Amino acid sequence: MGIIETRNLAFEYIRRDEEGNVEGITRALDDINLDVKPGDFVAVLGHNGSGKSTLAKHINAILYPTEGAIWVDGKDTAKEENLWDIRQRAGMVFQNPDNQIIGQVVEEDVGFGPENLGVPTKEIWERVEESLKAVGMYEFRKYSPNKLSGGQKQRVSIAGVIAMHPKCIILDEPTAMLDPNGRREVIRAARALNDVEEITIILITHYMEEIIHANKVFVMDKGKVAMEGTPREIFSRVEELKSLRLDVPQVTLLAHELRKSGVAVPEGILTREELVESLKAFY
Amino acid sequence: MAIILDHVNYIYEAGTAMEHAALKDVNLVIPDGQFIGLIGHTGSGKSTLVQLLNGLLAPTSGSVYYNGADIHDSDYNKKELRRKVGLVFQYPEHQLFEIDVFSDVCFGPKNLGLDKKEVELRAYAALKQVGLEDEYFYQSPFDLSGGQKRRAAIAGVLAMKPEVLILDEPTAGLDPKGRDEILDQIKKLQTQMKITVILVSHSMDDVAKYVERIIVMNRGQVMFDDIPKEVFRHYKELETVGLAAPQVTYIMQALKKSGLNVDTDITTIEEAKASILNALGRG
Amino acid sequence: MLREITLGQYYQTDSVIHRLDPRVKLVTTICYIISLFIVDNVIGYAIAGLFLALVIKLSKVPLKFMVRGMKSIIFLLLIAVVFNLFLTPGEAVVTLWKLRITKEGIRLAGFMAIRLVFLIMGSSVMTLTTTPNNLTDGMESLMGSLKHLKVPVHEIAMMMSIALRFIPILLEETDKIMKAQIARGADFESGNLIKKAKSLVPLLVPLFISAFRRANDLAMAMEARCYRGGEQRTKMKPLVYKKRDGLAYGAVVCYLIICIVFGKILL
Repeated sequence: MGIIETRNLAFEYIRRDEEGNVEGITRALDDINLDVKPGDFVAVLGHNGSGKSTLAKHINAILYPTEGAIWVDGKDTAKEENLWDIRQRAGMVFQNPDNQIIGQVVEEDVGFGPENLGVPTKEIWERVEESLKAVGMYEFRKYSPNKLSGGQKQRVSIAGVIAMHPKCIILDEPTAMLDPNGRREVIRAARALNDVEEITIILITHYMEEIIHANKVFVMDKGKVAMEGTPREIFSRVEELKSLRLDVPQVTLLAHELRKSGVAVPEGILTREELVESLKAFY
Repeated sequence: MAIILDHVNYIYEAGTAMEHAALKDVNLVIPDGQFIGLIGHTGSGKSTLVQLLNGLLAPTSGSVYYNGADIHDSDYNKKELRRKVGLVFQYPEHQLFEIDVFSDVCFGPKNLGLDKKEVELRAYAALKQVGLEDEYFYQSPFDLSGGQKRRAAIAGVLAMKPEVLILDEPTAGLDPKGRDEILDQIKKLQTQMKITVILVSHSMDDVAKYVERIIVMNRGQVMFDDIPKEVFRHYKELETVGLAAPQVTYIMQALKKSGLNVDTDITTIEEAKASILNALGRG
Repeated sequence: MLREITLGQYYQTDSVIHRLDPRVKLVTTICYIISLFIVDNVIGYAIAGLFLALVIKLSKVPLKFMVRGMKSIIFLLLIAVVFNLFLTPGEAVVTLWKLRITKEGIRLAGFMAIRLVFLIMGSSVMTLTTTPNNLTDGMESLMGSLKHLKVPVHEIAMMMSIALRFIPILLEETDKIMKAQIARGADFESGNLIKKAKSLVPLLVPLFISAFRRANDLAMAMEARCYRGGEQRTKMKPLVYKKRDGLAYGAVVCYLIICIVFGKILL
């Protein structure tokens, strides 16, 4: 069994007007079937409102399925007794860097999770140190979070999750509010955790450049999985992505445009080098 | 006429231990009708610069002229300046407060002391300009989607009928389609209404696609100020300050190096495609 | 404008006072405030002043910071002084039309001013040398016995600590929204009181909405990190009394005795 598995997962919520009368039902997730293996780097793409954040909240047991089921590390999230185990094993990093840091000093924030788990004091310090080192924020341990850049704050949040020793980290649009440098920092940190610590990463985003290194991509639309495959497979379908309000990296787009003009470069080119190589055949 | 910045300096928290210069000897001329990209990483002084342009901040030394008049003269009408130089802050949807979208857009023109009919005409025109459908006019702004809220907020500034429109990262947090829609709309406004637009952005790809002039800020100083092609020719220097050229520029550099005779001064996909096809003898 | 609020600001440096247990600092501050109300003669205030000067010296916090904190209470100070000066009955020194400044008035006004200044300075020493988190930890621990009375001590401390963390963020946000509305022609300064109050709506509504959004996000983030109240929680930085804390308590007791003896009984 995978680290995260869903079967026919669906989630509905009831819309109400100001008086509390039912206006209708929104099916935010519809028949989702996922199987994420330990050590995977999974990217979930989708435009705003496609249901990707709702899915993320299911993995951390913040939301529960209306239909179907989801298992995290073999544990059913619908069972109350699994709640804390699931939240410890599947840590979550959110979008807004300011709204998820609880501590007033970096190291205290990273220690917050272990404190909640009842980890002994000495071990908390060890965990805080190793986690901050893993994201390259150790030298900032005495700083106030308010003095950090957006990218640094997000790395602190990641450290806060690592300190709980999770098996899987869900990053829910962690870079949406960052500048390009901050974005790079965060993605680099996530990739390092995946490579070195073999932590399963689920990255939710709409920046196409960030998913190139994923080994599996899910594209969501209207609460369903609309596309599924490796980044190369996904990026081969440029027009389809565009119809889902998404785009592709510029190099992929350029290759696609050239193809349309009769230059037979392959679809799904992901890097500059690949494009250069494949164009060599034509001159 | 134009906006002129003459030896402008701005120092934060002057006279304290926290004192630091946000702008150092900035000289700029912004003629009417230009579409300008203002780039620079976080803390480069670009936010300070845009606030100086509409008089929200006053320079520590130096002068800002609008249409020939010093905006910090004691008898200068600041309110009139703020009407003429519209400023859309980052995440402008956070300033929405009225009961419905239409009333919120009316807020600006109402503050100008216009009569009710004129206020409503302007609000209606502004909402049309940002492409928001009539059905949303009387909804609470808080019930709209992220992209719609953003449009409503931009309409709130447009309704003041500015001659210069400054937008601080108007696409932050939007999905790719939402981003393109907003930028296309702004471009359309700029050409139709012949207003000056200053677009503050982190995305080189966006800037390259839309603007005719780029001002690069670094450590409070103007680093480059030229047409996009010329600015991105300095891509190596841009990299040293944490910025970069658009991705296509790098692709073209790589192609040239591999022996394909393409133009390297290229900043958009369309140009790249034309140049490659040309080099391959298929133009 | 808003950023100039220094009350409750932490001054980072390493000193004996900084290293003291927050509980010691809390108790000392309370004792000091009490002492200010016990003494009522010059010698008493001199002792209190000396004690304060010694603590400030030990804390290595530049006096400048203390004085800056005073700016916010200068108005209050003036009112207190003026009231005491003119409204205390007794032997007149100066008479201006119907107002009389009395000898007793001068004495009372002087004491009142000194008392207020010492009080603010004394409490700023605590906030300047203790991180807010440390302070809330101290309060939580001192109020620990109230837990048995079903007072949610942990929750109160957590709330305070979160509030302190979000104050700078919300101040910045206020500044930003204010500027955004000014850019839309809003006027926060002119007009009468009613107009002024009305002009705050475009500022307050977005601010409240933002605060609620942040609170919601934060609650979710805390739950995601397994927060479930104070039960079975361990501490990263548990409070442990050291030798210096015992000595400090001793010093405070000595100070109180001296104050009572010289400032109250003896003279």
